[in-house]
Amino acid sequence: MSSWVSAVWAAAALVAAAAPVLAQTGAGSAAASATPNAQAQARAEVVAQQRFGFGRPARPEEIAAWDVDVRPDGHGLKPGRGSVAQGQDIYDAQCASCHGTFGESNSYMAIAGGVEKEDLKTGRASRLRDPEVQRTLGMKLNHATTLFDYIYRAMPWPAPMSLTVDQTYAVTAYVLHLNDIVPADFELTDKNIRAVQMPNRNGFTRSHGMGSVKGRPDVQGTLCMIDCVASTKVASELPEYARNAHGVLSEQFRRIGPKAAIDTSRYDRARGVTVAAAAPAAAVAAASAPAGAAGGPNPRDLANRNACLACHGVEQRLVGPSLREIGAKYAGRPDGEAYVTGKIKAGGVGVWGQVPMPAQPALKDEDARVMARWIVAGAR
Amino acid sequence: MAQQQRQRGRIQLAPENHISAEQYAAARSARRGFIRAALGGAAAAGGALLGGAAAAQPAVEIRPGASNGLGAPVVANGYGMPSKFEASVIRRVSPGLTRTDQSSVSFTPLQSLFGIITPSGVHFERHHSGAPEIDPEQHRLMIHGLVRRPLILTMNDLMRYPSVSRIHFIECGANSGMEWGNVATPSVQYTHGMLACSEFTGVPLSTVLDEAGIDRAKAKYILAEGACGSHLTRTVPIAMALDDVLLVYGQNGEMLRPENGYPLRLLVPGVQGVSSVKWLRRIEVGDAPWNTREESLHYIDLMPDGTHRQYTWVQEVKSVITSPSGGQKLLDKGYYEVTGVAWSGRGRIRRVDVSADGGRNWRTARLQQPVLPKALTRFRIDWNWDGSPALLQSRAVDETGHVQPTINQLRAVRGSRSIYHNNKIHTWRLAANGEVSNVQLG
Repeated sequence: MSSWVSAVWAAAALVAAAAPVLAQTGAGSAAASATPNAQAQARAEVVAQQRFGFGRPARPEEIAAWDVDVRPDGHGLKPGRGSVAQGQDIYDAQCASCHGTFGESNSYMAIAGGVEKEDLKTGRASRLRDPEVQRTLGMKLNHATTLFDYIYRAMPWPAPMSLTVDQTYAVTAYVLHLNDIVPADFELTDKNIRAVQMPNRNGFTRSHGMGSVKGRPDVQGTLCMIDCVASTKVASELPEYARNAHGVLSEQFRRIGPKAAIDTSRYDRARGVTVAAAAPAAAVAAASAPAGAAGGPNPRDLANRNACLACHGVEQRLVGPSLREIGAKYAGRPDGEAYVTGKIKAGGVGVWGQVPMPAQPALKDEDARVMARWIVAGAR
Repeated sequence: MAQQQRQRGRIQLAPENHISAEQYAAARSARRGFIRAALGGAAAAGGALLGGAAAAQPAVEIRPGASNGLGAPVVANGYGMPSKFEASVIRRVSPGLTRTDQSSVSFTPLQSLFGIITPSGVHFERHHSGAPEIDPEQHRLMIHGLVRRPLILTMNDLMRYPSVSRIHFIECGANSGMEWGNVATPSVQYTHGMLACSEFTGVPLSTVLDEAGIDRAKAKYILAEGACGSHLTRTVPIAMALDDVLLVYGQNGEMLRPENGYPLRLLVPGVQGVSSVKWLRRIEVGDAPWNTREESLHYIDLMPDGTHRQYTWVQEVKSVITSPSGGQKLLDKGYYEVTGVAWSGRGRIRRVDVSADGGRNWRTARLQQPVLPKALTRFRIDWNWDGSPALLQSRAVDETGHVQPTINQLRAVRGSRSIYHNNKIHTWRLAANGEVSNVQLG
């Protein structure tokens, strides 16, 4: 027979104290009377004192498949090994295009540099005190296990979890070597990874007020109402040349209401005013959508969705050549579209420089062809 | 006519954006004929509101075009969209902030929002390797680690548990991060737009952890993992996990949007947004923190002595005026409502003060009910602008007594390179010409 589940409108502590399974009646009354009604109402959740029995047990092999995390204390470490030399081969083929041949990374997270010899002894990256220095992975990271964990779960960025455990040890070893943390003949294993002495292993603190709701704030404001400050000098403002750097502001506000918005595209610097006679508002270049094949996918969207634009600007060189440069080079070739389609799929190195472009096996052939046609036609 | 006379007075409605400041100024001073010529017939209704001679014109179009025939049928859109005239109110990116659109952030248009609830479609986005498309029937949540009964739960299972709905903010730890060194962006969308507040619906995590038989003696932390390409992972201390953390599937009355975690996300109220892991697929219960990449390379706060603060979870007391705010332009003197939002990861907002003279003198603002813990609170104060330059600020106090600091109070302790947790008092400068811009005071 159906019955109402007796619920305890109680704090988590009460739940903890209760046995996992209670009878459906009678259990709630004592706890309920101990808890003020107002609090009970505020806690709109009913914590039923029973197991619901939903879901199913997770099987060990399922847990093993998903439980990839590795902690600094060695929890989750997977048996395996990889050398600096093996790591270099993988790194050059799959990592250098974004992170730079030496980890210097002209565009993405710099993973090497800024580590001083002394830091390896002190465990403090001394150059973190220098505001002028670019902060790199080598300077910041405290545990080599975290490097393994992240590479294994999330790298290479467009193809996460494509490296084996041994390959991950190897790439990790090579990144450590790029930072002069391990020698060139080093082999990293599950047995020695915890012993790796990171240059900034002592550079972290947990003594601050943001670790819990009850933490004590380190900076307290001033609760003053009258004559509180002597000076209200403006110390920083946007320079004039940046006035339109985030687009035309008047196009970013609601058109109705008690306040208008500044048309930053019509700013007369000399006079310091907004002018009425206007050139049409400049559209952000990225917003102009190129025409795709009728009803077909938009090639620019494809290039964006597949992260092509992370390495190739439409007009500018980034890691690789710009799409317009590529288009100009192959526009005259009868097989230009087919050639570029093949290159998009297979990747390559040496045509434009020594930074390799990785293959894109997951990309659909048709999508590659649509993008290639667009690129050869000038990427417009 | 008498009615119309009463509607005039000191409150001067500004014209819409298609009327320039010059046209407006001309309209205020010029003859009726000039107004007609300057604004054209279509703007006649606007002209009528300009006061003075213009008030003699008809206040409304006698037969407005929209009511002369039939409008759109029902279900013209099975899922309704905002009016096309609201097309400017969208999420936007800060140019040059990130190198890819998959590991990137878009900002909530706070300047155009009312109340405390952020429409789901403009809730800011932060992805680490793009938003995956997940079939909810295929999605699974695994609970394992220090539990007696490791579990696999389907969405059907999760949605069968007793549910709760709560209103909370989500703020990225790096919100206002670009403001640590100097002014870098023009409007509140970019200075504070990694902020949103929603009614979330889901299951208390404690319910499901109890179902799995969590070992409360040994459990100290949980790890939450997303099903995106970065398999984003974050550590949450067990005290928080068993307190008010939710497994969320509902947002503002509907399912989560794909870009905000469909079909399942964690919600860690009051804590920096990255902890509210989207596309949640796994929770491991453990006895030590994980020191993940997002806890040791990023989301760490650099101090002047070169140390990094780690596990800086709580978002501290903060507020900002959303109107008037950077990029807006006041077209006339007189009455304005100054309004904005305040919030604290430590609980309720107790009070918000507003200054119009750069923090020299303050007045206490009205708080709109409800004032909820770890949620946005809307504040308002009435103000008459006399046309002289002003420096507008807001300062929030939370129920623990924590007072929102100035940028220089923060810098004195934390320097200017810590990126995260910038909860400074924000300053908008109102110039005599009515333009509002972002400034910092020395």
